[in-house]
Amino acid sequence: MSATIPTVLADSPRETPPHAPHLDIDPFAIDFFEDPFPAQEKLREAGSVVYLDKWNVYGVARYGEVHAVLNDPLTFCSSRGVGLSDFKKEKPWRPPSLILEADPPAHTRTRTVLSKVLSPSIMKQVRDRFTAAAEAKIDELLQQKTFDAIADLAEAYPLSVFPDAMGLKQEGREHLLPYAGVVFNAFGPPNELRQTAIERSAPHQAWVAEQCQRNNLTPGGFGACVHAFSDTGEIRAEEAPLLVRSLLSAGLDTTVNGLGAAIYCLARFPGELARLRQDPSLARNAFEEAVRFESPVQTFFRTTTRDVELSGYRIAEGEKVLMFLGAANRDPRRWKDPDRYDITRKTSGHVGFGSGIHMCVGQLVARLEGEVVLAALARKAKAIEITGPVKRRYNNTLRGLESLPVTITPA
Amino acid sequence: MTAINFIHPDGRNQQIDAGDAESAMLAATSQGVEGILAECGGNAMCATCHVYVDDKWLGRLPAMTGAEDALLDGAAADRLPNSRLSCQIKISPELDGLVLRLPDRQI
Repeated sequence: MSATIPTVLADSPRETPPHAPHLDIDPFAIDFFEDPFPAQEKLREAGSVVYLDKWNVYGVARYGEVHAVLNDPLTFCSSRGVGLSDFKKEKPWRPPSLILEADPPAHTRTRTVLSKVLSPSIMKQVRDRFTAAAEAKIDELLQQKTFDAIADLAEAYPLSVFPDAMGLKQEGREHLLPYAGVVFNAFGPPNELRQTAIERSAPHQAWVAEQCQRNNLTPGGFGACVHAFSDTGEIRAEEAPLLVRSLLSAGLDTTVNGLGAAIYCLARFPGELARLRQDPSLARNAFEEAVRFESPVQTFFRTTTRDVELSGYRIAEGEKVLMFLGAANRDPRRWKDPDRYDITRKTSGHVGFGSGIHMCVGQLVARLEGEVVLAALARKAKAIEITGPVKRRYNNTLRGLESLPVTITPA
Repeated sequence: MTAINFIHPDGRNQQIDAGDAESAMLAATSQGVEGILAECGGNAMCATCHVYVDDKWLGRLPAMTGAEDALLDGAAADRLPNSRLSCQIKISPELDGLVLRLPDRQI
């Protein structure tokens, strides 16, 4: 990967507003995933809007523009897909999501229902259960001492609470992470990651579709709660399974990568772990700051519904705009000392969960999981040491690790 | 200037100028008022910018939406009749002198 100095196309007619600077950065290439920060800085500094020749899309990497695009959903729509594929021109790889890939007013109705299913009140009800599971998991790992913080903690903990909270049956849960992997790879361009993921997706899709049916969801779980809203007429019965699918698509791999990010941060920055140990009530913010710092969800696309001028650049109707959430979360225009992981930072306003009407509907579940795991870790462990090779996992949308071998010392 | 008075649980009054801010929450977070977390950044999704509005001011605020009402049921501190989410309090010159009491906790 290399980045050119931004140039205005030589043959473009002189006009106002100008064309966005063209860059040849491929944000879906393996070397970008390996170390995105230098390229993200180039994307931010080249201009408030850039054009990526590799995939013929516009890009925004500064906080102000990312926030602006996220908060203008009528101009920058989601119904034409939040990946590179334009649903107006291409058949989606799966039936579109009724919430993620929808615009108001259709979106408003489904969003309201999922917001109620995952509300602060509901979090109060599951909090004790999630806390007990976190304590048990950390106790178990303290016995083990040396383990893989991804498989044995970042994956194992959400898998120990979320599928039960959803009300899923036991059999087949091994499909959940691979299914989510496909979903997040599919937002990317038609590269090998996306094509391979979709080719292998059939068994995962079939299992997930089956679990979304009402009779497969335990009463009292999030899934059954979604279906219950079809009884009151807030959604139609045939919409409920697709809304359950949204929770299964986005509710697990995201928290896995969020937790992985937080543990990786605490392992790399022992000074911050020490501050957290002194005051475990910082656990929730330590998790939030890790979401800002690593941005487990790196990018999403929007599609313009009209000709629009953004920060002085004109974008025509029907163009894809790629939002670099990770770059915005480290934009020095918005964040002081952006490359520092600081568990006492005022993180409010970061776009790691997005912003606006499509902001992560499961953010409260993610924060709860992050808080209780980090609080248990802070109280029970005094050191986290990386004791083996750290391996990155490659996905078109998600940033996280494949393996993080660690040794923890009991407090 | 549009002054807002945030009264902390210990009784301390912190007055800030919210003139340039869109909401009471944004005024508070941008000027370092402890006790307003605003985890969701002002999208009415988290209930961590909960405030108790001084009775004298309560009737002068626009009515709350159903979403705000539902979120307040899940707020960490007790919900009272004068509970609001500060991200939903839009700043206007008429609110000069507004008094908001901070709850003892947001999570």
